[in-house]
Amino acid sequence: MSTQSPSRPPDLIDLDSVAIRFCGDSGDGMQLTGGQFTTTSALFGNDFATFPDFPAEIRAPRGTTFGVSGFQVHFADHHIHTPGDAVNAMVAMNPAAFKVNIRDVEPGGVVIVNEDEFTKVGLKKAGYAPDENPLDDESLSTRYQFRPIPISRLTRESLADSEMGAKDIDRCRNMYALGLVYWLFDRPLDATIEYLEGYFGAKKNLPKVAEINIAALKAGYYFGETAEIFPVQYRVSPAPLEKGTYRKISGAEATVLGFAAAAQKASKDILYAGYPITPASELLHGLSGLKHLGIRTFQAEDEIAAVCAAIGASFAGQIGVTGTSGPGLALKGEALGLAVMLELPLVVVDVQRAGPATGMPTKTEQADLLQAMYGRSGETPCVIIAPSGPSDCFELVVEAVRLAVRCMCPVLFLSDGSIANGAEPWRIPDLDAIDPIVIEHPTEPADGDEQYRPYRRDPETLSRQWAIPGTPGLEHRVGGLEKEDVTGNVSYDSENHDLMIRQRAEKIQRAAEIIAPLEIDDPDGADVLVLGWGSTRGAIMGSVLALREEGHSIAVAHLRHLNPFPRNLEAALEHYETVIVPENNTGQLKMLLQGRFLKPIIGINEMKGRAFHVHELREYIREHLDGGGS
Amino acid sequence: MSDVALPTLKAKDFTTDQDVRWCPGCGDYAVLAAVRKTLPGLGRKKEDYVFISGIGCAARFPYYMETFGLHSIHGRAPAFATGVKIANPELDVWIVSGDGDLLSIGGNHTVHIMRRNVDVNIILLNNRIYGLTKGQYSPTSERGKVTKSTPEGSIDAPLNPLSLALGADSTFIARGIDIDAKHLTVLMQRGAAHRGTSFIEVYQDCNIFNHKAWFYASQKETRPEFTVECVHGEPIVYGADRNRGIRFVDGRLEVIELGGEFSEADCMVHDERNRLQAWMLTRMRHPEFPEPLGVLFCDPDVPSYDSLLEEQVNAVREDRTGQDLATLVRGRETWDVE
Repeated sequence: MSTQSPSRPPDLIDLDSVAIRFCGDSGDGMQLTGGQFTTTSALFGNDFATFPDFPAEIRAPRGTTFGVSGFQVHFADHHIHTPGDAVNAMVAMNPAAFKVNIRDVEPGGVVIVNEDEFTKVGLKKAGYAPDENPLDDESLSTRYQFRPIPISRLTRESLADSEMGAKDIDRCRNMYALGLVYWLFDRPLDATIEYLEGYFGAKKNLPKVAEINIAALKAGYYFGETAEIFPVQYRVSPAPLEKGTYRKISGAEATVLGFAAAAQKASKDILYAGYPITPASELLHGLSGLKHLGIRTFQAEDEIAAVCAAIGASFAGQIGVTGTSGPGLALKGEALGLAVMLELPLVVVDVQRAGPATGMPTKTEQADLLQAMYGRSGETPCVIIAPSGPSDCFELVVEAVRLAVRCMCPVLFLSDGSIANGAEPWRIPDLDAIDPIVIEHPTEPADGDEQYRPYRRDPETLSRQWAIPGTPGLEHRVGGLEKEDVTGNVSYDSENHDLMIRQRAEKIQRAAEIIAPLEIDDPDGADVLVLGWGSTRGAIMGSVLALREEGHSIAVAHLRHLNPFPRNLEAALEHYETVIVPENNTGQLKMLLQGRFLKPIIGINEMKGRAFHVHELREYIREHLDGGGS
Repeated sequence: MSDVALPTLKAKDFTTDQDVRWCPGCGDYAVLAAVRKTLPGLGRKKEDYVFISGIGCAARFPYYMETFGLHSIHGRAPAFATGVKIANPELDVWIVSGDGDLLSIGGNHTVHIMRRNVDVNIILLNNRIYGLTKGQYSPTSERGKVTKSTPEGSIDAPLNPLSLALGADSTFIARGIDIDAKHLTVLMQRGAAHRGTSFIEVYQDCNIFNHKAWFYASQKETRPEFTVECVHGEPIVYGADRNRGIRFVDGRLEVIELGGEFSEADCMVHDERNRLQAWMLTRMRHPEFPEPLGVLFCDPDVPSYDSLLEEQVNAVREDRTGQDLATLVRGRETWDVE
């Protein structure tokens, strides 16, 4: 929150960026509050990135630290890459939220707490010792811009005439707090008012609830204006983004839209079959509302049935898609092997989460790369791609479908919790500029064949044809037993098995012909390359740009294709003396790169259930610059 | 359906060029022949049939049918079939697999395809043993069964496939015997005509690992005594001389001797629309009762999953005409950067 030269009246201070964290009990509506602040900032023209952080428990016992839900939004007048390391302003709705989050607030930052909840009971639930109240700590006022505010009481007072019950009124506390924060950061209320009217008023038919939420929002705003508890207001100006029309988008939303676009571009319906699992369920929810755009969804009885139904749909001529997280991917392993054998298109979205086993379902990690690569019986190569951030999911999902039908194979799409739940501005793409996905189903046997030969391959792509049931004369059988080359008959012949394994592998490698080369950003001929994949992109960019500003020369590149790798990757690795790969795992990409290219790689590895913090990653990278770790 | 006349198909049109690799004398041969014989009479085009199986001896079935076929993975055939029907409800989908596949490793999917009432036909080839893995007890093996994996006898209670099906709210259940092709054909015709999941249990002999397991029901000499053919609207009567019947009394079923105190008029009349009665029939087990054959339950009024899905899809498409992809991609709130 560095202050720029004051060009405004003294009561309005310009900041280049701010990270706010809203935190409270998981029933306090913090995700909604943060989401509303984000939308308002987006419409205002800021660049932004968000980090929703919530417990796996839906309603953990009220007031406990493990029930704390938080939403961080970083907004700026320039291009930013991450939800922010340090929190510049925090709103804590109860003692537990205060306890969990206060350590992340930077010195001098704004700390707003709802002091009404710091009662004996509330403090005890949060695990404070009897007679201990953290608000009594006098250093709070010297360390932070500390503002204890009786938000519960003020909300009740402002809605006293509403004739609504205490429960409904208390539920408006988050809007009161939001109103106050809107005032502090000089934001308009319109977008949130419109949302509340639409959601409670029109959709849920609770106009009275909409009314009191709006009243609380306004009351909080006016409280900020009149109570003079803050001497100043802050302003973060719009960011100079590339010209165009923008919207806010999360990774989950972009993935959903990507499939709708792919269905249109392929002129084919998609079946998305899934089983509820955090953090992938949003895909099932989003896609289930798109029947009018060529998407069918099937909530299967389990993860295995979901992938099998998707493969069944592909066999019958639709595009089969399934989505899950790491534990579900493990369950789908056998069916993926079958899809490799059947050589049918299939897209599998893995929204990775912290493992192993149930792990930390709502926390992010990148530890399924090797599972995606090798986690099946036998030699079962699949295409693997990974989006670099929320909005990138759109383009890459379309590419996943394109690759699946081209290669007639499963394509694994490795998203993760931070990508799926995080949001950022997205320049709305020109749909007409997306190439069609061309699919041809044969209607008769290939030239020279008397009958349909299901495993005759295209000499260029090595893919087989996709003949579908209902096509007269092309009746054929496929299955999990090894196929004879060309005929597809069951074969236990040793030479044939060796050949088929090599063909299935080579087919995947040939997909490299249509994937984009690795883009290397190297403005001044560096010796060091920082190479990332997946959701680490934001932290890597933030770190590298900061180090460049200090005068270091560093190249940076991001892999979106993990199998096959882009064709120019090998030369890139050879070119740089030092290659650093930061990952939220113990070094899975590093292992793949070293194994494949025999190039020593420096890994930076962190498994904390969240993305790298920029300042930490920057220091890790710095250790390896200019001759390395002194 | 097009108005083009359907070609006249014969059993051999459904025969592939692949050698059938079941053991000589296996009951699967008879079922295969019965299926090949049944399909030409169903009035469908050959290219619209899809045969799907899991793993096991019975699961090799699709390789021998000159139709579209999918030999999938262990236990999952119903899940693949559901995906096929969602993608293209016009297809006529048949699942053929064994008791281990459909009731043990795949029991979950069998239950769920039934409760959804996906319009497919399931033929369960029940031989009460694991054949392809060479002779372990199966979920339908009787308690005490001595096999390679149960040297002192199995302590598992067997699962009753038709009771399970009714428990899963199946809308069509029937039972036949491998060697009675004529009877099987009738059951398959009924199953194919049923709009929903039809489930046909076939008593099938594994002559290598569980030979004669069903002989009490399948052999000429004992069949009349130990089975009863259930015909809709007719009293449940059996025996070589039709001298026995099943009566419903005091809330339970009992076997009665006809000709003396009782006559056919005392017997329960088979009503294939009566789910509770069907439940009692499925509980009739050898040797206390004759085991019922035929169509034991059929409710044609339950809509199939695929028809409900099509209805929903069509309704949404009509309802949201004009809501195009571009509008969706644009979203509700946008801002312009100049």
